[in-house]
Amino acid sequence: MDELISSVWWGGLIASTLRVSVPLVLCALAATISERAGVIDLGLEGKMLMSAFAAAAAGAATGSLPLALLAALAVGLALAMLHGYACVSHSGDQVVLGMALSMIASGLSVVLGIAWFHQGGQTPPLPDSVRLAPWGLGLAAALQRLPLVGGVLGNLVGGGLLGHNLLVYGALALVPAVWWLLYRTRFGLRLRATGENPAMVDAAGLSVAALRYGALALNGLLCALAGGYLVLAQNPSFVPNMTAGRGYMALAAMIFGKWHPVSALWACLLFGFLDAAAIRLQGVALPAVLGGGAVPVQAIQALPYVLTVVLLAGFIGRSRAPAALGLPYLKDR
Amino acid sequence: MNQAVELPRWLDVVVLPLINLLLALLVCALVVAGIGLNPLQVLGLLVKGAFGSASGISYTLYYATTFIFTGLAVAVAFHGGLFNIGGEGQAMVGGLGASLLALWLDSRLPAPLMLPLMVVGGALAGMAWAAVPAALQAWRGSHVVITTIMFNFIASALLAYLLVNVLKEPGSMTVETRAFAESAQMPGMHTALAWLGIAPWPSTPLNLSLLLAIACALAVWLFLWRTRAGYELRVVGFSPPAAHYAGIRPKAQIMLAMAISGALAGLVGINELAGVQHRLLLDYVVGAGFTGIAVSLIGRNHPLGIVLAALLFGALFQGGAELSFEIPAFSRDMVTTLQGLIVLFSGAMARIAAPLLARIYGALAQRWRPRLQPGVSHG
Repeated sequence: MDELISSVWWGGLIASTLRVSVPLVLCALAATISERAGVIDLGLEGKMLMSAFAAAAAGAATGSLPLALLAALAVGLALAMLHGYACVSHSGDQVVLGMALSMIASGLSVVLGIAWFHQGGQTPPLPDSVRLAPWGLGLAAALQRLPLVGGVLGNLVGGGLLGHNLLVYGALALVPAVWWLLYRTRFGLRLRATGENPAMVDAAGLSVAALRYGALALNGLLCALAGGYLVLAQNPSFVPNMTAGRGYMALAAMIFGKWHPVSALWACLLFGFLDAAAIRLQGVALPAVLGGGAVPVQAIQALPYVLTVVLLAGFIGRSRAPAALGLPYLKDR
Repeated sequence: MNQAVELPRWLDVVVLPLINLLLALLVCALVVAGIGLNPLQVLGLLVKGAFGSASGISYTLYYATTFIFTGLAVAVAFHGGLFNIGGEGQAMVGGLGASLLALWLDSRLPAPLMLPLMVVGGALAGMAWAAVPAALQAWRGSHVVITTIMFNFIASALLAYLLVNVLKEPGSMTVETRAFAESAQMPGMHTALAWLGIAPWPSTPLNLSLLLAIACALAVWLFLWRTRAGYELRVVGFSPPAAHYAGIRPKAQIMLAMAISGALAGLVGINELAGVQHRLLLDYVVGAGFTGIAVSLIGRNHPLGIVLAALLFGALFQGGAELSFEIPAFSRDMVTTLQGLIVLFSGAMARIAAPLLARIYGALAQRWRPRLQPGVSHG
C-alpha cells in the first residue's frame, strides 16, 4: 500500500481517470442532448464503435488526421440520421433501433476491417502524424522545476492534468458548452420542451421532427468524437469491439447525472475513476484493517452499474427522465 | 408503431415480415458483394454448411436450442409489455445456479435426479436475477430496459469474481471450474439416438436440451394462449389501461412476465454448460441474449415463429462458422451484422413498408374486385 502515499501514483491515477472518462463524457453529452429532446439512445455504443472504425480506416488509408476525424464525424452523423429516419420520421421503437445499431456496428466494423486490412479485424497501427499529440508538456516540466512544491505539484498537476491531447480538454470544454446550449439558448429551450411536451412545441408552430433531428445530429457528432478519441488518442489502432460497453456506461452516467450535462460530467469522472482505480488495484492487497486479501476488482468495476440501479430505484435522490422520452410524436391524432 | 395503416391479416402477419427479412438479407448481400464475395455463392455454402451433413444439422440445432430459450425469454416479457434486454445476464446467472448445484451434488446424485435439479436450479437463478429489475419496475418505476442492461454488466462482474476467486479449480491456469461428474452431464444427442438404435450419428454439441427447449416453446404457447394467467399477461402488454379497468394488477403481471422470462433465459446454461462444456467458465453466453431479441422479432413473439427463427439463426451461426473456414475473407461477424440488420428492418423499421404495401394492395384489390366477386355485381 506504499503506492497510496506517492504523488506519482496519484498523478498517474488522475491522468488515467481523465483519459478513461473522455469517451464517457462525450457519449453522455450525446445521450443528454437526444434524450432531452425525447429520443432514447441505446445506440451510443454502436455509433461510437462504427466511427472509431471509420477514423482508424481513414487514418490508415490516407495518413491524415483531419480526414480521419472527418470520416468519424460523417459516419456518426449518418448513423444518427438513420436513427432519426426510423424513430422520428417513422415512429419506430427507439430501444430496438439502438440495439440494432449496436449489433450492426459490432459486426460490420469487423467484417470491413478483415476485408480491407486482413489483420483479423484490426486496422494497422496509425502513424504518429494521424494521432492526437499531447498538449502542455512544457508547462508540466516547468511546474516540476518549481522550488519546494515542485515535486508534488509537478506529479499531481503536471502528470495528472497536463500533457493530455486536445480532445481531452475539448471534451471538458464541451460540457459547459452543452449546458449553455440547453439552458441558455432558444434552441435549447425548444429542445427540452420537445422532450417534455411535444404537443406544446407543435402548437407553438415549431417542428418537433426538425428539433429531434437537430438533437440527433449533435448526438451523432459527439459519439463520433468519442469514437475518434478511442483510435486517435487512446489505442494505437482499431480493435474489434474496442468500445467494450463504454456506450452503456455513458448511458448509466447520463442517468446518474439526472439528464443534466454538468452532473453527467461528475458521474463520468466518478465512473472513470472507478475504472482507472480497478485497473491499478489489480493484484494489490487490501490494507489489514479491511481484512487483507486481494482487492475485489470486479466489485469496483460493477459499482457504476450498481450505483445507477440504486439511483434509478429512487433510493438516493430521484432521477426523472424527460416526460416524453421514447414516445414517438404523431401530429394527427 | 401506432400509424393507422390497416392491412389484411395475411399481409400483416406473413407478407410484411417477409419483406422486412428480405430487405435485411438484401442489405447484407450488398455488404457481402461490397467486400468482393459472390452473395449467391456465400448463400449456397452457408446452406450447405448448415444443412448439408448430419453433423452440420446437429450443430445448427445445437445453436438453435440456445436461441429458442433466449427468444422465448424476450417474447414472454414482450407480451407483458416489457422489453427484457437482460437475457445475457439472466443466462449467466442461470448457468451459475445450475453449475453450483452440479459442483455440490454431482458425486452424490444419479443423473435422473441431478439433471432435473440443475434445470430447476438454472431456471430459478435466472428468475431471481430478472426479479430484481422487475420489482424495481413494479414498485419504484425504474425503467426495466435500463436496469436489465445494468444487470448484464453486474452479472458478468459477479461471474468473473466468483470464478477467479472462489470457484476456479486450484492450480489450473484457465479460469474455469472442475469438470462436472457424468451424472451432471446432459446426454449428447448422438448417445440418445444410439439408445434408440439410430447409429452412428456424429458426435456434436447437440444434446437433449433441444427437447427441453421445444417443451418450453410448447409450454409458453399453452401458458400465453390457453390459460387465464397468460391471457391477463397479454392484456397488460396490449393495453395497460384496459388491464387496469379489468382489475388485473399490473405489479403482479410485471413480476410474472419477468420471472418466466428470466427462467427461460437461465436455461441457456443447461444447453451450454450441462450439455457441452461440462464445467462453468467465462463468456459462455456470448451474445445469445441479444440474438434472442432478433429471434423474437422475426418470430413475431409467437413460440412457433420463435422456433423457426431460432432455426434460421442456428443455421446462420453454423453456416457462418463453416464459411469462415472455406473463405478466409468471410467471418462470423457477418452473421452479427445480419442479426443487427434484421433487428433494424424487422424491429425498428418494421412498419415503414406498410403504407406502400397498403397502397399496392388497394390498387390491386380495386382492379381485381369485379372479377373476384362476380356475384356481388349481379345480385
